[in-house]
Amino acid sequence: MRKVTLLVAFLFVSAFLLLAATSMRDFGAPNDAAMDDYFIANAQSEVAANNVVTAVVFDYRGFDTLGEATVLFAAVVGILSLFRKLRKEERWGDER
Amino acid sequence: MNQQGMSVIVRTVTRFVYGLVLVFGFYVIMHGHLTPGGGFQGGAVVASAFALLLVAFGAAGVKGRLDKHLLQTLEEIGALAFLGLAFAGVGTVFFYNLLANSGSLFGASVALGPNAGVLNTGGLVPLMNWAVGLKVMTGIACIVIVMLVGARKEETE
Amino acid sequence: MSVGNFPFVIAALLVAFGLYALLFKRNLIKMVIGISLVETGVNLFLVMVGYRSGGAAPIYTYATAGERMVLPTPQALTLTSIVIGLATTALLLSFAVFVHRHYGTLDVRKIKELRG
Repeated sequence: MRKVTLLVAFLFVSAFLLLAATSMRDFGAPNDAAMDDYFIANAQSEVAANNVVTAVVFDYRGFDTLGEATVLFAAVVGILSLFRKLRKEERWGDER
Repeated sequence: MNQQGMSVIVRTVTRFVYGLVLVFGFYVIMHGHLTPGGGFQGGAVVASAFALLLVAFGAAGVKGRLDKHLLQTLEEIGALAFLGLAFAGVGTVFFYNLLANSGSLFGASVALGPNAGVLNTGGLVPLMNWAVGLKVMTGIACIVIVMLVGARKEETE
Repeated sequence: MSVGNFPFVIAALLVAFGLYALLFKRNLIKMVIGISLVETGVNLFLVMVGYRSGGAAPIYTYATAGERMVLPTPQALTLTSIVIGLATTALLLSFAVFVHRHYGTLDVRKIKELRG
């Protein structure tokens, strides 16, 4: 019974995925590229960098990089606090 | 298995290759505003050099070389430096590129169109590359060391 | 000859394979591999959205004059997504280590009870 439910759910979701993928636009012709054309045309004069992707990551869209640095920091702190060495009389099971 | 490391061939090749991978990672971080790369990519390359050292020499061979508290402090310095550089141009807007086209450190202007890159350009972008690269490489090294050494110690209790 | 929208179907197939591994496997490590496959499919789709046919990489050091460049913004967003996928996978694997240490097994059907 559980396997039948899982199978039906999986077929449903993958049908949706394939239907969405086959009704996309053509590969290689983006619809609205006005913002990216501005980035390509003005990155060398405003940011003074040759690499437009780095200019977008660190200057035009710096807030996303700030959020990503926070996520990485939170993950490292979480893992380091999970593997902490406890003192001899505590174990993980009985904190009362 | 992970206490004594791997065989003699792997250890000898690691001693040769470790310095080369470190230098290549720092090159990718430094030239992030000219060639493909940047802080995240270069940080991942240097972290993979640390992971190679850990796998080849085992947990016992790395204890004297990499100190976990130093790595944690470097990661915090990297995160705070990135935030401080974002606040540097707060007189105009929050992420303002203060040093671009200004003539001081990293302040030269770039000739428009395709050109061979000059290292002195970029403004705040190379400094942010270094902060993020330091954060990523020490963070991933911390994760790898804690997951290898911490798991082993609990099993022998 | 044009490819139509066949590359987008490949990305959707990757997501479907990852979903299969997540739903139908019982080992915890195989489920983590399934989640990683879903993230890989989504990253591939993001990079494919910003492609212009006949375009070059958006870097002025390697470009020839007067050439079209692909869009740089989806590549920047994919960078962020890859790093977040790394953080998620690291946390999931740490939890798998703890589950194995506490229950002795990695089978999801045997770890149903909340034990002290």
